[in-house]
Amino acid sequence: MGKISNEELLQKLTAQFGEAIASPVEPYNLLTVETSREQIMDVLGWLKTHPELQFIYLTDITGIHYPEQTGKEIGVIYHLHSLVNNVRIRIKVYLADGDVNIPSATALWKGANWMERETYDFFGINFTGHPDLRRILNVDDMTVYPMRKEYPLEDPNRVDKKDYFFGR
Amino acid sequence: MQNFPSFTDTDLQSELSTLNLGPTHPATHGVFQNVLQLDGERIVSGVSTIGYIHRAFEKIAEHRPFYQITPLTDRLNYCSAPINNMGWHMTVEKLLNIQTPKRVDYLRVIIMELARIADHIICNGVLGVDTGAFTGFLYMMEYREAIYEIYEEVCGSRLTTNIGRIGGFERNFNEIAFAKIRKFLKEFPAVLKEFENLFNRNRIFIDRTKGVAAVSAETALDYSWSGPILRATGVDYDVRAMNPYCSYEDFDFEVPVGTTGDVYDRFLVRNEEMWQSMRMIEQALTKIEKEDPTIFHADVPKFYLPPKEEVYNNMEALIYHFKIVMGEIETPVGEVYHSVEGTNGELGFYLVNDGGRSPYRLHFRRPSFINYSMYAPMSRGMLLSDAIINMSSLNVIAGELDA
Repeated sequence: MGKISNEELLQKLTAQFGEAIASPVEPYNLLTVETSREQIMDVLGWLKTHPELQFIYLTDITGIHYPEQTGKEIGVIYHLHSLVNNVRIRIKVYLADGDVNIPSATALWKGANWMERETYDFFGINFTGHPDLRRILNVDDMTVYPMRKEYPLEDPNRVDKKDYFFGR
Repeated sequence: MQNFPSFTDTDLQSELSTLNLGPTHPATHGVFQNVLQLDGERIVSGVSTIGYIHRAFEKIAEHRPFYQITPLTDRLNYCSAPINNMGWHMTVEKLLNIQTPKRVDYLRVIIMELARIADHIICNGVLGVDTGAFTGFLYMMEYREAIYEIYEEVCGSRLTTNIGRIGGFERNFNEIAFAKIRKFLKEFPAVLKEFENLFNRNRIFIDRTKGVAAVSAETALDYSWSGPILRATGVDYDVRAMNPYCSYEDFDFEVPVGTTGDVYDRFLVRNEEMWQSMRMIEQALTKIEKEDPTIFHADVPKFYLPPKEEVYNNMEALIYHFKIVMGEIETPVGEVYHSVEGTNGELGFYLVNDGGRSPYRLHFRRPSFINYSMYAPMSRGMLLSDAIINMSSLNVIAGELDA
């Protein structure tokens, strides 16, 4: 499909960043790598400006919450798309629950503005350097970050819908 | 963190007037609020507020099995519900490694392209209304109705269709549905041609739209724009052509692009897309003739709902129906990103599954949300009347914006 294969892309990334690119996987043929908060801006900037790769299109920024992963509870997920080579990449950064600061990608893409506001609104991730980090979909005086797993949609004390009643 | 945007001190000291455009102003086509600072009729700055119909879409999806998420997707972009709907089912099929038969793909293409036409009919028609021309809207609306009747024939509902199933459709297209599609293809081109004649060289329309809200390709890409408004700037990024899904690679179609990225170009791109969609539907109708007419879903009894008559009369089918709907079937662990070309751009689904009853995390890349983020910055320096035209040409749908 793309002009650059996932292996080639991964090779270029590791050649540039070495240890900072961790645990590469290819779920459903989309290269997924993990990096650190310190490196994320460099990685994104390098991918965007690399003359051959040209990941100029920021597809999406979102968050995910894994309450059981100690020290890596909050994930920030970036999807980039190289329109020239027609290849996508997914980059993940995991943050510890009490320390959810990450540099804002608005310095690279203006479109990151609302995507990061939405992620902040839902997960409380603090994008440092964001020009206007406010809630976007929820009301301003909300105190919780609703997409985190500690805010279940249903009453957690309710037992009649537990999985073991359904043979799971 | 400030709760409400404050304007700079110099703005407050000068004699600017504040205008609350929306949230229920008829010119905003939905519930969006824009607090504009006006110097006379010129917009000095603006702040957009959204979220009026936010209904915790992603949170609800985390608590529902795959089938029960379908009706939620219909309510994203409600002007072209089947595209969201099938995009969602294609994402699930990708997760479950289900290969759909060709005939299913072609039928899906027909429905999705009809949905695109229905959406563009509204967008371009309303753009005409906003420039003071009601006639075009009136002429074209009849054909949105015709498309709704096709949906009705296929699945029984009109607006929020719930038309797809994992693996295909709930029931086969009947002869009346095909007859209605052919009738539509026969009658609509003349109307679209007439619509184009009404607008394309209309002095008033050109004066109101040409050069208005012109966006360069760089800026559009910087803001992650997609869909017709990106293509109007000259970037030929169309998911159907670039990452074909649902057998779009079998079809012969062009991706119309504009040059200046202004409102007029967006109008032309959408009009041309309607022609291309009709071309694709015609091709799909020919291709279907070569396929087995009884096939309308993939052979995946584990995930495809049993027929309704059997559910009513057969205990086994009822149990299976229940198990599938309640999400009692094992699903693979994994994460999927799948995107389709929605009417407003790249509609992406990011699904993280942990094998449980419902998705662990589901995120939607909503094109309206991302496209609209540029509205306030780009309105700066614009006349208020131009900002209204700009908004209708972005075709922002509140359901998709707020999710």
